[in-house]
This record gives sequence, structure tokens and C-alpha cells, in this order.
Amino acid sequence: MTALLELAGVEAWYGRAKILHGVGFSVGHGEVVALMGRNGAGKSTTMKAVIGLVPEPQGSIRFEGKEIAGREPFAIARLGIGYVPEDRRVFSDLTVMENLEVGRQPARAGAPHWTPERLFDLFPNLGRMRDRPGGAMSGGEQQMLTIARTLMGNPRLLLLDEPSEGLAPVIVEAMAQTIRVLKGEGLSVLLSEQNLHFAGSIADRAVIIEKGLIRFDDTMAALKADEAARSQYLAV
Amino acid sequence: MSAPVPPVLEARDLARSFGGVKAVDGASFSVEAGKLVALIGPNGAGKTTCFNMLNGQIKPDRGEVLLAGQPITGLAPRKIWRLGVGRTFQITATFASMTVRENVQMALISHAGKSWRLFGRADQRRLGPADALLAQVGMAEQAEHACGVLAYGDLKRVELAVALANEPKLLLMDEPTAGMAPQERIALMALTARIARQRGIAVLFTEHDMDVVFAHADRVLVLDRGRLIASGTSAEVRSNPQVRAVYLGSGVTSGGH
Amino acid sequence: MLDLVLTQTLNGLASASSLFLVACGLSIIFGVTRIVNFAHGSLYMLGGYLAFTLVTWLGPADPLGFWGGVILAVLLTGLAGVLIEALILRRIYQAPELFQLLATFGVVLMLQDIALATWGPEDKLGPRAPGFRSFVILFDNRFPSYELFLIAVGPVVLGLIWLLFHRTRWGVLIRAATQDREMVSALGVNQRLLFTSVFAFGAALAGLGGALQLPREAINLHMDLSMIAEAFVVVVVGGLGSVTGAYLAAVLIGVLHAFGILILPKITLVLVFLVMAAVLIVRPHGLLGKAAVEPRGHAGQLFLLRPADGAAKAFGAVALGLLVLAPLVVPDHVVLTLTDLVIFAVFAASLHLLMGPGGITSFGHAAYFGLGAYGAALAVKWLGSPMEEALMLAPLMAGIAGAIFGWFCVRLSGVYLAMLTLAFAQIAWATAFQWVDLTGGDNGILGVWPSAWAVPKMAFYYLALAIAVLVIAALRIIIFAPFGYALRAGRDSPLRAEAIGLDVGRLQWAAFVIAAIAAGIAGGLFAFSKGSVFPTYMAIPRSVDALLMVLLGGVQTVAGPVIGAFAYMGLNEQLMKLTAYWRFVLGLSIVLLVVLFPRGLVGTWLYWRARRESAAQAAATA
Repeated sequence: MTALLELAGVEAWYGRAKILHGVGFSVGHGEVVALMGRNGAGKSTTMKAVIGLVPEPQGSIRFEGKEIAGREPFAIARLGIGYVPEDRRVFSDLTVMENLEVGRQPARAGAPHWTPERLFDLFPNLGRMRDRPGGAMSGGEQQMLTIARTLMGNPRLLLLDEPSEGLAPVIVEAMAQTIRVLKGEGLSVLLSEQNLHFAGSIADRAVIIEKGLIRFDDTMAALKADEAARSQYLAV
Repeated sequence: MSAPVPPVLEARDLARSFGGVKAVDGASFSVEAGKLVALIGPNGAGKTTCFNMLNGQIKPDRGEVLLAGQPITGLAPRKIWRLGVGRTFQITATFASMTVRENVQMALISHAGKSWRLFGRADQRRLGPADALLAQVGMAEQAEHACGVLAYGDLKRVELAVALANEPKLLLMDEPTAGMAPQERIALMALTARIARQRGIAVLFTEHDMDVVFAHADRVLVLDRGRLIASGTSAEVRSNPQVRAVYLGSGVTSGGH
Repeated sequence: MLDLVLTQTLNGLASASSLFLVACGLSIIFGVTRIVNFAHGSLYMLGGYLAFTLVTWLGPADPLGFWGGVILAVLLTGLAGVLIEALILRRIYQAPELFQLLATFGVVLMLQDIALATWGPEDKLGPRAPGFRSFVILFDNRFPSYELFLIAVGPVVLGLIWLLFHRTRWGVLIRAATQDREMVSALGVNQRLLFTSVFAFGAALAGLGGALQLPREAINLHMDLSMIAEAFVVVVVGGLGSVTGAYLAAVLIGVLHAFGILILPKITLVLVFLVMAAVLIVRPHGLLGKAAVEPRGHAGQLFLLRPADGAAKAFGAVALGLLVLAPLVVPDHVVLTLTDLVIFAVFAASLHLLMGPGGITSFGHAAYFGLGAYGAALAVKWLGSPMEEALMLAPLMAGIAGAIFGWFCVRLSGVYLAMLTLAFAQIAWATAFQWVDLTGGDNGILGVWPSAWAVPKMAFYYLALAIAVLVIAALRIIIFAPFGYALRAGRDSPLRAEAIGLDVGRLQWAAFVIAAIAAGIAGGLFAFSKGSVFPTYMAIPRSVDALLMVLLGGVQTVAGPVIGAFAYMGLNEQLMKLTAYWRFVLGLSIVLLVVLFPRGLVGTWLYWRARRESAAQAAATA
């Protein structure tokens, strides 16, 4: 069986700087993969290349066997990829319900189907503030809203860019729990992360990127055992 | 514990509301020369508001800010800077169309009150002091590089050099290590601590990385819903049950503190 | 007296409706696409002309013919919007916003000539609206019922738009895209469809505004620019992105116009200016506006600014040498052209100080050029000044205007600031146009001749060249001096600049004054070079000339605008000799240039060079 998402030789530029120099790895069905590395290593750019927010990426990005590199973001999203950006980007003038409406897409075979009510079961806080504008929410609540908004598109694969960045440790714990629930629903997740404690508690596999190249690709257990790789690429 | 010399920074009963919500509600604390004090707390606890009242971006509804005993409450950010308060930002803010050295020169020129000169090349001014500052933060070799092409960790160092250009008594650092790799974080804060002790600068910083906080802060202040709920050494704050409940959590995802 | 107040209030309210329709469409389009659609006034004009033709064709006396014609005109204008979006704008969404703006100005030029070719230069008087031909007696006054109908249109459309934006998925998507269009697209919304539909909607609103004017005013070829300038004022006063704010501002401006005619009939726009100033002092972001959200996504690429290297300096010296020697060999008419080019180089360099190091976009830089010209001409006409004295007064007048206008402008930023500069320029233009006693109005001021020694073409050329070299050299020195660095610091990072004690607002204000003085010098020279001044010296097209010169040469270098001035004005002059429809050709060239080189000529070159270097570096380290 082919992987759900497969990258091969992906190159990408940010403005005039080349960020990715031939990235290749895959995410299997139902798998949680942590894309790790320092700041500036290319994690966010990889995520953006998958969802189509990087102009003119080179190389191959396949989702369920279909080539998606160079397609427009909306077309990629409609194939079943949900993207949660690192800086949350909730629509601050729109209410919680309106934020969810923007993310709404038709039901998709083979992916969990989400409604606002189901999402409020997962994020009870959001259910209590349906008419509150996104701008009047705390950072943790916004992070929940941005995930809920993406789930409204009924994705098969969720891209989570630095979900723990800037959040208080208690919120990070709740985030880890949420990701476990989503995995239980059958969703595949690719998350970028610098925090090994957080990634280690939820990911099946770790992929380490450095200077735009993949340096490590193995199970999370293997990374935990490999002190050399950890100190060389993650500096922990 | 009363010192004969007033602390470099003293905040007395600071308060500020936004549309009825009390963002900061009566915070008092002080920072002494040569000390690093961390301000931590959950998102929305009022850290940013607190910071912005200290640097003059927001006027407090109530309370006082004293710099070395002199009131600076409500002064414009520019005036506060002139009185000797340096700042770094959560997201680096440098001049991308200038070289590393020119960034520092610009700060030095402004400190000398010469930023309105209409003639004479700016990049020939205050070369020596600029290079000395760059050497101190370990950026001398990259002095000619454009700031726009630097690695993130290096940009943070440039920011530090720029913040030191006005010979500050107090340094306010908003999440100084956000977005850096763990090892770089420790290195930057070690550098900051060394410079602060050498020059007797008081440092107040906000931070989410508990490794950085507990490794470098002489004292930790914990803010929750606008109020200071704890203050003390790393060990004291770490074992405080209230702090664990609202902020630190069990420590599984944050490194086992 | 009371009657008069009432009549004028109702008049103002009636004219506010069309203004609101246009401004609101402009604001909605800007919100989603981040494009300031300069051609929005042209769509308004198109709506008027189309309604004229369709209503005449379908039968103006028949209610079905009239209203059917109006609706058809609205739909066709919407379709024109779709065409503009799909053929031009869609290709340049990634381009810097100024290039997008220039492309829409290209459309303005093209539509002007298309309208001229289709409907001719005469004004088109439309029929009265069936069902609204009578008068209503209000407080013993006869008031046309059509005016009352127009008064109702504004609030009704406002209410409908509110419902559309809050009760339909399309509206929610529009509001979301106004905030973060990239994110909306990443959530699976077809951005292309959304943009096209928004553009069509905004265009249709403008078309409705124009079509509804048909029974009220004659449709003419000047409707486009006068409307766009007023729409900018409305958007600035109302607050960018606020539909309700646009309505309130339109009412305010409409009523002010109506009363201005009573109070200051010669300079009605001065009243508008005073009110706009008052609003902006109290609420810098307009009546209902919020602090501008900087568009996210591609941040402007900032390149290191370096003094010219040896080769560039040698090239400059050779070019200057050629300019000095040229009059000895070329015929007189070429000397005249060269004089103009040298003057425009100063004009372009003055704008560059604002746009380059200052990071301030001015859509209205012609104001200072024109005020310089008028300063010189008025000194000659009213004070009997000799040329030397008049040339001193020219920059003085421009500098004072720069200080007043700039004081307001630097309180804003981005496109919002740019719109305000245009509004100010339009006020300066209208003053010159309306205040006939002082300025001669449309007839201008004639007989602005140089002193005897400078009358020979060659002598005046050398005078202009010498002043140009001095001014451009001074601007260059300022850019590399601490002031220029501090200005650039404020552009690169306002946050950091303030944090190291730089007063960014004051620095920008000073830059405004310096740029205005330099433009005034150019204007003064131009007045003596032509021997006359006209209001067109500060009209919108002249401001766009300046923008084109700077952008063509590139804001990234100090020499760019000077080269741009020679290239653009040289081309322009040739074009005008070749065809009567030179506007169409020029507009088309601008559009093509932007579509083919969305980063600008110099920008495209710098981009590819940097990308090559980056790739080479990577290859070396790998």
C-alpha cells in the first residue's frame, strides 16, 4: 500500500533564499509523524510546500498517489489536506461559528466527518463562546479554534505547524491529548515541532530536517535511543 | 531587605484595563542592577500589557514605574529609551536594508542625538563603538552582512547589540529566545547574563521556555489574570502548587520540571 | 434661509448615494484583493455611458425600457469588472501593490480613449426617470422626486450589503478573505472565483452609481477621475474597509459639497479639505476605521542600499558630460525636450526620497510640482517678480504645502496614506481650477517668461541642468547621511526605530517637506520653460507620471528614478506625436509592462540575480 503523503526531492524558495534542497519523506495512513529541526531548518516551508503556499516548488509531492506539487492551495485542501499554520491566523473579526463556516467543506469518504457540535465535544471551551470574535480569545483558545476550523474541511491528513509554540505548558498537554483523539479517529498527522518532549509523547515517527535536507527518518523510539542524532540535529 | 540604593526598576501597583477587562491588576515588583528576572505566566495573563506599561507603549490606569528612583510613568517610549531602557522584541526587528554594523551605528547615532544630520556619510560614523559592541555579542565577523540574510539566532545577537547601544541601565526582553533552537537559547541567555553582570544592567524578560527561565533567572515572577501570584527563586516557584496548576502543569510535555 | 438649508441638505444626500456606491465598491475590492482599483471611477463612468446607450435604445419613456436599461448597464459594468480582473489583475496578485495600482491606472487610460472613441467628446444628457418626473412639495419647496429616490438608495444598499456579509456564506468568506486571503485559500476556498466575484460585485456597484446619475447629470469624459478622487476622500474619512463608514462619509462629503456652493462657491473643495482634516485629527483611521492591518504574505524585499561603485560613477559622469555637450550639436527643439527631461528627473528624484528611503507612497506628488509652478507664476503675475525671485518662491510655496499636507499624511501609513496624498493633490488642483480670480482657472496663467539672460533656449537649458544637478546631488547626500539612514530605519522597522529613539513620524514629515521643496523647484523651472502654468500640472495623470518614472527606474537605487525619468518622458513625448489615441497605447503599455514584469524592471533583475547567487551558494556548500 502506498503512503498517504510522499515527498521526493522537494526544493523550495522563500523570496530569494533557497530553503529546501531536496526533501523526501512520507506519512503513512493513520500515522502521526513529527517533522523536527531547528528554527530556519525548513519545517514550516515544507508544510507550506505541501499545502501549496510556497510558489513554484520543485520535485514531487504525492497525496494518495496524486501529484499535487504546484497546485493551488484550495485545490490541495479539497483533496483532503488540512493545514494549521504556526501563527494560528484565526479570523479575528469573525465569530467562532463564522470561523468554522469558512473551513466547512462537503463530507469526504474515508475521513471523519465533523460538524460544529462534534467539534464542541472535542473542544468544550469553544462551544461556550460561539458568538465571540476570534480576536477576543486567548492564545490557547485560538489554537483550538484554528484546529477546529481546519477539521471542518473533513481532512484525511492534518498538517500542524508548531502547535506547541508560545503556549503555556498546561495548554500544550491538552493539545497532546487532542492529537491522540484525532489519531484515534483515523486521521493522519504531520506536525512540525522543536519540542522533543511534546513530539515524543504523541508521534509514531520522527523526521529530522536540517538546512533543507532530511537527516534522520525513523521511529520515535529510535530517535529517543539515538543520542548522537538528538544532540547533532536537535541540540538537546 | 531595603537597599540604600533604589532598584533600577520598580513597578508599584500597576493596573490597566481594556474595555472592562482587567489585563493587569495591581502588579508590584522590582529588578536590581546585574540581576535577571523572568516574568512568566499563561497566555493572556497580562505579561505583554505589563511590559508595554514599563516601556511606555501603554499608559497605566493606576500605579507608578520608577527607573533608578525617578518616575517614568506614562512617558513616551522614545523618552524612556533616552533615560536608559533598552529593548528586544519577540519577533526580531532589525533594519533589513542595512548591514549588521549599520544597524548598530544607527542606534549609536541616535543615542548621540545626531540622527537629523543632513550631510556626512552615516556609515562612517561611530565605527569603533559599533565594532566593539558587535565583538561583545560575537558578531564582529558578520559586520558587513545584510541583516536580511542572517540566521535567526544571529539576528537575536544583533538585536542585543542594538539594545546595548544606549548604555542601558535596564534591558526589557520580550520572549528573547522564541523561535530559536534549544542550544542557541541557552547560549543567548548565557551571553545576556554575562553582559548584564559585567555592566550591572538589570534585565527583565518574559519567556515560555522553562529550561531558559530556570537556568538563568535570578528571580521568577508569575503572573496570572493580571495579578502576581508568586515571586521567588526558580526552586520556590517550581514547587509552588498554584503555579503548577495554572501554568507549569505536570511537566510531561515541557521537560519534566 | 431655512428652505435653502433644507434644499441643500436633500441635494447633498442625493449626491451622496452614488458616491457611497462607488466608494463602497472600492473599499470591498481593496479589502479582499488588496488592490486599490484606480479604474473604479472609470467603471462608474462606464456605467453612466452604458445606461445612456441602453436606455435610449430600449425606450426612455417606458418604465421597463428605462429601468431595464439601468439594470442591464449595471450587469454589463459588472462584466467589465470580470474582464479586467480575469485578463489583467489575476496575473499580478503577487506583484508589489504599486505595480498593481499602475496597472489599474493603465486601465483608466484605456477606458478613457475607449469612451472617447465610442461616445465622442460631447456630454450625454440622459432622460428623466419614468415614475420620478414629478416634484414633491416639502416645506413649501418643490423637490424632484428622483432626488428623494436617490436618497433612499444609499441606506437600502447599505442594509442589503450588511445582510449579504453576515447572512450568506459568500459574505462570510469575503470578510474572512479581507483579513487573511491566503488562509481562506488554504482552507479549500477557490480564491480565484472569490476574487472575480468580488471584483464583479464592486464594479457593479460603481456601475449602479453611474447609471443612477443619468437622469440627474450629464455623462462626460471627466467623470472618472473626479469621482475616483472623491471616492478616495470618502474611503479615507469613512475608514478603510468599513461599509457603514463609507456611507457616513459619503453623506458628510455630499452635504458639505452642497453647502460649500453657498458658503465658498469658488473653492468648495477647501471646505471638504477642512472637514477631512478635522476628522483625521480626531480619528486618524477615519470615522469607523480601525488601525490598518498590514497585508500579510510577501513582505517587500529589502535590498542593501550601497553608494554607487566606480563603474556606475563613471557612467554617471559620462552621461552628465553628454548632457553638457548636447546643446552644442543638437537642434533647438531637442534642447527644449532635454530641458523638460532634466526638470522631470528632479521631479522623479524628489518623489524617490519619499518612496525609496521613506517608504511612503505618494499618489499626489504632482501637487508640489504644480504648486511650485503656480508659486512662480503667481509671483510673476501678482508681485511682478523677476525669474530669479520667482524661482525662490516656487519651492517655498511647495514646501509650505508639503508641511501642511505632510503633517496629516505621516499619521497614516500604506495605501491609506497614499489615498490621502491623492486627495490633497486633488484639492490643490481644484483650487487652481476653481479660484479663477487668482489663478485664471482652466485658462491658466500665461506670460511666465525667464529673465532676459535666460531667454535663449540653450541658456535656460544650462540653468535647468545646473539646478537639477545641485538638487539631485543634495538629495543623494541626504539619503546617505544620518537623516537618510534614520528615515530608512523607520521604513524597515518602525517598531525598532522608535525603540532606539527615532521619531519616525517627524522624520517622515521632514522628508515630505524636503521632497515637496525639490518638486517645487522642478515645477518652478517647468513654468518658466513653458512660459505658462495650467491646473493640469497637478492633475492625477501628472502624479502617475512621477510614480511611473520612479518605478520604471526602480526604487532600489538612487540613480534609478533619474534614468526612469529620461526613459518614460522620452517615450511619452514620442507617443503623443504618433497617435491621437496615445492614452490607450500608453495604458496598454503600462498594463503589459506590469503583467510581463510583475516585479518591475530593476526588481526582476535583482530577483533573478539573488536567486542565482543563492543557488550557487547552496551548490558550493553542498
